[in-house]
Amino acid sequence: MIQVDDLYQEIILDHYKHPHGRGLREPYRAEAHHVNPTCGDEVTLRVDLVDDKITDVSYEGIGCSISQASASVLHQLVVGLPVTEALTRHDAFATLMAGRGQVEPDEEKLGDAIAFAGVARYPARVKCALLSWMAFKDALARAAEESNVGGTTS
Amino acid sequence: MTATLPTYDVQAVRADFPILSRLVNGRPLVYLDSAATSQKPRQVLDALRAHYEGCNANVSRSVHTLGTEATEAFEGARAKIAAFIGSTRPDEVVFTKNSTEAINLVGHAFSERAGDPRFRLGPGDEIVISEMEHHSNILPWQLLCERTGATLRWFGLTDEGRLDESNLDELVNERTKLVSIVHVSNILGTVNDVSAIVARARQVGALVMLDASQSVPHLPVDVTALGVDFLAFTGHKMCGPTGIGGLWGRYDLLLAMPPFLGGGSMIETVTMQRSTYALPPMKFEAGTPPIAEAVALGAAVDYLSGIGMDAIHEHEKDLTEYALKVLATVPDLRVIGPQTAEGRGGTISFALADIHPHDVGQILDAEGVQVRVGHHCARPTCARFGVPATTRASFYLYTTTDEVDALVRGLQRVRKVFG
Repeated sequence: MIQVDDLYQEIILDHYKHPHGRGLREPYRAEAHHVNPTCGDEVTLRVDLVDDKITDVSYEGIGCSISQASASVLHQLVVGLPVTEALTRHDAFATLMAGRGQVEPDEEKLGDAIAFAGVARYPARVKCALLSWMAFKDALARAAEESNVGGTTS
Repeated sequence: MTATLPTYDVQAVRADFPILSRLVNGRPLVYLDSAATSQKPRQVLDALRAHYEGCNANVSRSVHTLGTEATEAFEGARAKIAAFIGSTRPDEVVFTKNSTEAINLVGHAFSERAGDPRFRLGPGDEIVISEMEHHSNILPWQLLCERTGATLRWFGLTDEGRLDESNLDELVNERTKLVSIVHVSNILGTVNDVSAIVARARQVGALVMLDASQSVPHLPVDVTALGVDFLAFTGHKMCGPTGIGGLWGRYDLLLAMPPFLGGGSMIETVTMQRSTYALPPMKFEAGTPPIAEAVALGAAVDYLSGIGMDAIHEHEKDLTEYALKVLATVPDLRVIGPQTAEGRGGTISFALADIHPHDVGQILDAEGVQVRVGHHCARPTCARFGVPATTRASFYLYTTTDEVDALVRGLQRVRKVFG
């Protein structure tokens, strides 16, 4: 039987109560707004980049403890990383979430995010955990698009 | 303590529902989500099985014995359902798959080129709904207004979660073609007395539709006494199977409306040039209908009638009174909707401090308590009360005060985890 404590691990509750990097900040290169239509949760997320390195991830949103904590962990895990490495972490997190509790998380890559391993066993909550991560990937794609457009026109 | 009437034997009712004896996460199931879908009594499950085992055949097209028996069972269910909602004419009940389809069916009848002026709708015309509608009574009208250029207007709500009728005469006016209102709100629990709206609609010649998804399962409903033109309901919320619901409409209106889906069973004659249509309700029932489901919905109606809709309503009113009282003992809990059991049903939405409903629902689930969390397909209502989502507990004929107590205990645990 699944215990609900697996879901609400201390690390998650901690990030929920004391979020890292919350709030929308300037400057930023791209912004994405994502919604979870089943529950109405929303996140607006901005990324800032300098030379392919992520210098800030700022966000604002409404949502449950899982979605809020996961945004906080995202901030903690990707700020300061080159884009390619951040995307590797994104993919590792997405794989963990899709794993239905069968995937062994890589602590080196995922840090505090390994606490979300329990969430993967609650299919109804996986979307909550992924909300900000999907917005992050989307914002990165937009930033890349913009710099491409800039590159060809300037 | 018990707040139920001594004459109402809730334990005997519970014994009819096999699912209520199962465990969830190691705890006894506490099912408080009947507004989403009700559980099914053995009598309904038996009717489904008996139909498939005993007289399964397609309806309205065979001379053989099985076909005749199936048709009789199917049409017999229609007659039971018509009587259950106070209609004397079974042919005023159109089987649909749910309320959503029933509302869309009516929406489809309106157009700029409609033959009957009551269904002619274009720029300058208005349709009126309210801020407490389920999305199923919003989207069909938004889509219709987009198609025709008509304007969609809304009744507001009071802070108590009741319809604000203070501007009724301005809102429902000579330009209004239809007023479509929810009878009992699926999120606030409010029971709407629509008599003033019906009277005003009659003055200006507008039609009135009721979304009765949450009323037909819980209250005695009488279409004649209500004086409305259309009423939508769904089977799965009233102890019936999924996939079957209905539209009741005044026969002269059904007669004037164009067909909905085209196909078998809805025709009178078909040629390569043109076709003519069957009379209502067949005109609206293209293709093989959900036959066993309709028969089982008939069994559900028998089951509910056997207990008595008045008794069920009283039981739920007592439960609601009890629940409002004990929920008031939970610190930082705010009920969204009417604060007393008067004029409300047994559906209670609430906010608990600023804890997200997903988290509330998850901890309750660990305790075996099944509640709905989210916007309940009523985002405008949530916006009106300044919440993105709510936690909703909803009762039915099998709900007990012990289950309400289990909810309160679960909420105390939620406060402990997130406090």
